[in-house]
Amino acid sequence: MARAISTRRKATFTLVAWAIGIAIFFPILWTFLTSFKTEAEAIASPPSFLGFAWTTENYSVVMERSNYSRHFWNSVVISVGSTVIGLLIAIPAAWSMAFVPGRRTKDVLLWMLSTKMLPPVGVLIPIYLIFRDTGLLDTRTGLVIVLTLINLPIIVWMLYTYFKEIPGEILEAARMDGASLYNEIIYVLTPMAVPGIASTLLLNVILAWNEAFWTLNLTAAKAAPLTAFIASYSSPEGLFYAKLSAASTMAIAPIIVLGWFSQKQLVRGLTFGAVK
Amino acid sequence: MVTAHSRTAARLMISPAVVLLLGWMIIPLSMTIYFSFLRYNLLSPGMEEWAGLTNYRYFLTDPAFFAALTNTLLLVGGVLLITVVGGTALAVLLDQPMWGQGIVRILVIAPFFVMPTVSALVWKNMFMNPVNGLFAHAFKAVGLQPFDFLSHAPLMSIILIVSWQWLPFATLILLTAMQSLDQEQQEAAEMDGAGVLSRFIYLTIPHLTRAITVVILIQTIFLLSVFAEILVTTNGGPGTASTNLTYLVYAQSLLQFDVGGGSAGGIVAVILANIVAIFLMRMIGKNLDT
Amino acid sequence: MTSRVRALFGACAIAALSTPAIAENIVIATVNNGDMIRMQKLTDDFTAKNPDITVEWVTLEENVLRQRVTTDVATKGGQYDVMTIGTYEVPIWGKQGWLVSLNDLPAEWDADDILPAIRGGLTVDGELYAAPFYGESSMVMYRTDLMETAGMKMPEAPTWDDIKKAAEAMTDKDNEVYGICLRGKAGWGENMAFLTAMANSYGARWFDENWVPQFDSEAWKTALDDYLELMNNYGPPGASNNGFNENLALFQTGKCGMWIDATVAASFVTNPTDSQVADSVGFALAPDNGLGKRGNWLWAWSLAIPAGTEKEDAAKKFIAWATSKEYLALVAENEGWANVPPGTRTSLYENPEYAKVPFAKMTLDSINSADPTNPTVDPVPYTGVQFVAIPEFQGLATATGQQFSAALAGNISAEEALANAQDLATREMTKAGYIK
Repeated sequence: MARAISTRRKATFTLVAWAIGIAIFFPILWTFLTSFKTEAEAIASPPSFLGFAWTTENYSVVMERSNYSRHFWNSVVISVGSTVIGLLIAIPAAWSMAFVPGRRTKDVLLWMLSTKMLPPVGVLIPIYLIFRDTGLLDTRTGLVIVLTLINLPIIVWMLYTYFKEIPGEILEAARMDGASLYNEIIYVLTPMAVPGIASTLLLNVILAWNEAFWTLNLTAAKAAPLTAFIASYSSPEGLFYAKLSAASTMAIAPIIVLGWFSQKQLVRGLTFGAVK
Repeated sequence: MVTAHSRTAARLMISPAVVLLLGWMIIPLSMTIYFSFLRYNLLSPGMEEWAGLTNYRYFLTDPAFFAALTNTLLLVGGVLLITVVGGTALAVLLDQPMWGQGIVRILVIAPFFVMPTVSALVWKNMFMNPVNGLFAHAFKAVGLQPFDFLSHAPLMSIILIVSWQWLPFATLILLTAMQSLDQEQQEAAEMDGAGVLSRFIYLTIPHLTRAITVVILIQTIFLLSVFAEILVTTNGGPGTASTNLTYLVYAQSLLQFDVGGGSAGGIVAVILANIVAIFLMRMIGKNLDT
Repeated sequence: MTSRVRALFGACAIAALSTPAIAENIVIATVNNGDMIRMQKLTDDFTAKNPDITVEWVTLEENVLRQRVTTDVATKGGQYDVMTIGTYEVPIWGKQGWLVSLNDLPAEWDADDILPAIRGGLTVDGELYAAPFYGESSMVMYRTDLMETAGMKMPEAPTWDDIKKAAEAMTDKDNEVYGICLRGKAGWGENMAFLTAMANSYGARWFDENWVPQFDSEAWKTALDDYLELMNNYGPPGASNNGFNENLALFQTGKCGMWIDATVAASFVTNPTDSQVADSVGFALAPDNGLGKRGNWLWAWSLAIPAGTEKEDAAKKFIAWATSKEYLALVAENEGWANVPPGTRTSLYENPEYAKVPFAKMTLDSINSADPTNPTVDPVPYTGVQFVAIPEFQGLATATGQQFSAALAGNISAEEALANAQDLATREMTKAGYIK
């Protein structure tokens, strides 16, 4: 009896969740479908959902016109590089804020966030001048530096919240057992913090991957990532929906695949078997 | 319990982040403050001169300024409301047993992977366009006049687009937090006859408060500087109906190339953003303590 | 490659060991318009002729490109060797000394062949600062089949009155056919390009000779009223967000009776692979009001070299190739005459092959009827037809464009829009020091 009810409940949840999931995903699905249409079909009225002549022409046009692999590689280096460096700086900071909070910890946290409040458009000229003088314009190093700095507050914040979830008793127990600070971090904290760190990592890779202001304005030919690739397909003269859709699909597909593989790890969550 | 030794260690561990961010803040900020007192147009070099508070006076008396202020608050507030409520609901839903949970999760999270420019273009052209968009086709299919979203509800439309992008973020953070919800406690409450709603209000919500706080704070930062979506869809119009502060600063700095005026606008935006942040911290900051 | 460049390049290569010293690499920033994409595809022809030069392309959407190259040239960032810029930028940048003069391009490039109206817009104090890649004006594109059904005939040189009558006759809202499609999206290069050109034909102007804004004039009032009347009665829904692309999509799917826009659109609307109405498009000059000025603009996407580049000679070679007569012949050979970048050279319009292209003559007539040095009925202190060549214009016109866009959406009245525009312009011009 109980089993039957739970199956029915499960079916209901499945139905509702799938309906919502597909509705939310629909614009992306539509973009994906449009990328296989001709430009004329892409704006046809009424629009056809699947019954059109599928073509991969848009993809060949995009591949021929842009150096996709270079943009892709730049995106990977910049987003992963800035996230990893950001994590290396942020993990110790978030750890100490979560476990050895001082009187001003909250002020420091708030201040960190406030460094993100200067609108980028307002400081482009100063930063551009600095980059020009230091030779960082159009370099991946320059972008890694900028993206690390702009995402650092977010990384610290997210890690701080995840670390706060880790019960203090575990640490005390470890200290009682005479664990050194180093051991405490490596053997006690890290395993518990991995899901939080993984989720922070993924979110920041995405944020860096999609960051379209600095990556566009500080690059030219060599270091330009996929955001610049997209900027060459949005609204040219003439019809562009199909080509834009193809380019968009190529720009977001890698990160969706990454998300697909990491989502289990991501929401596996924080389980505190040790305290219970 | 906290020893002097570990305090020193903590200081050391926190310092790289603080030093870096301090540099990142002070250098551009001081340059921006300096520029904001100059008459300095990038396109007329050699004409720079001290301008005192002129740039601030012009920015603050700009007829678009007040509209921009209201729009910024509406945009941030609207998106926060939708994403926090929607995100909580989705997190609870996705935490239930179901078939294909992993796939549904990825479907829900996917919009976050889309670059803002792309999502704005897709929404504007393929959905909201009153002649060729899918919404227009849907309206016509049921015999209604297509609604012209971007002309008659520009800010609402932008709120919708931005919410679509940020809903996954809220869902993901809250879903991760849901995982640490004490199942035994839930079951015990269920045994005691607590209904779904009261369990949600008394157990789930309190458990999620810190995650919600983080969602609100982080999103606020990003939402205050929403810009690409506005540029692509409405150019801040019609009139100033969808101009926010960032867009106003953009018009000064990258359309006019008025570095002085743009810098003054930037400084005003920072001050206002900090006021919002302090206000927020007062309201919800206590959730961060445990 | 001259020995000076060779020496310079050698020095660079030694200084930056990472650069392979095989070929000189030039970086070209360009817009993602169809003609430029074609140029990018044909790069091999250039590198085959110049094996010592390699080319790297940065192709960006117009607004992003403008923002990038302006920042770079003004801060002397040195990221690009060739920049694609328009007739708005050239006079301003040329005056600042930011561009390399192109007066010394080789004789066979034939500067005298460039259309005078276009050349005038790219010359500052006798120095040619940019070479035109393609030029455009605006004209009326209309559906011959709809006009025929309505029993009407479009004159070669219509008046605004003719346009109104034709729009009324073609409108059939039940079948989603709208008599006229015009730009309504706010932006200096969007609705304000159209409205400024239209206002010129009504005898309106942006500023009087003392830089006092003129939005309170009767001429602007009439122009805006007529624009709103046309669009409210015969225009498509959502017009206040329609720019060039949106209107192009509408016209190509057969939803517009008329469209007054850039002459380059002619090749898109007559191209049967993209356009459902390719066989039934007619062309006419932009309308006038009997005041001696037509409502058409003038624009040329042009290639220029930022001052201070170390690769000036290679950059000049590239520009001379991309804007040459031979390049036009190369495109014609590969893609047909209809796809040749239009509107730059007299010789192209004298070519009997090109004369067969249906929109060739109307494009040339439109370009020739625009006069950027003398754009308005009453005298003005500025140059530029659909823009005012001062740095403040982009921001100012975008802000006023928002007001007119709001009037089109019905959120404010025409009077309010004009009054707001007048206030905005007075403020900006006072702040920038034009009005003392």
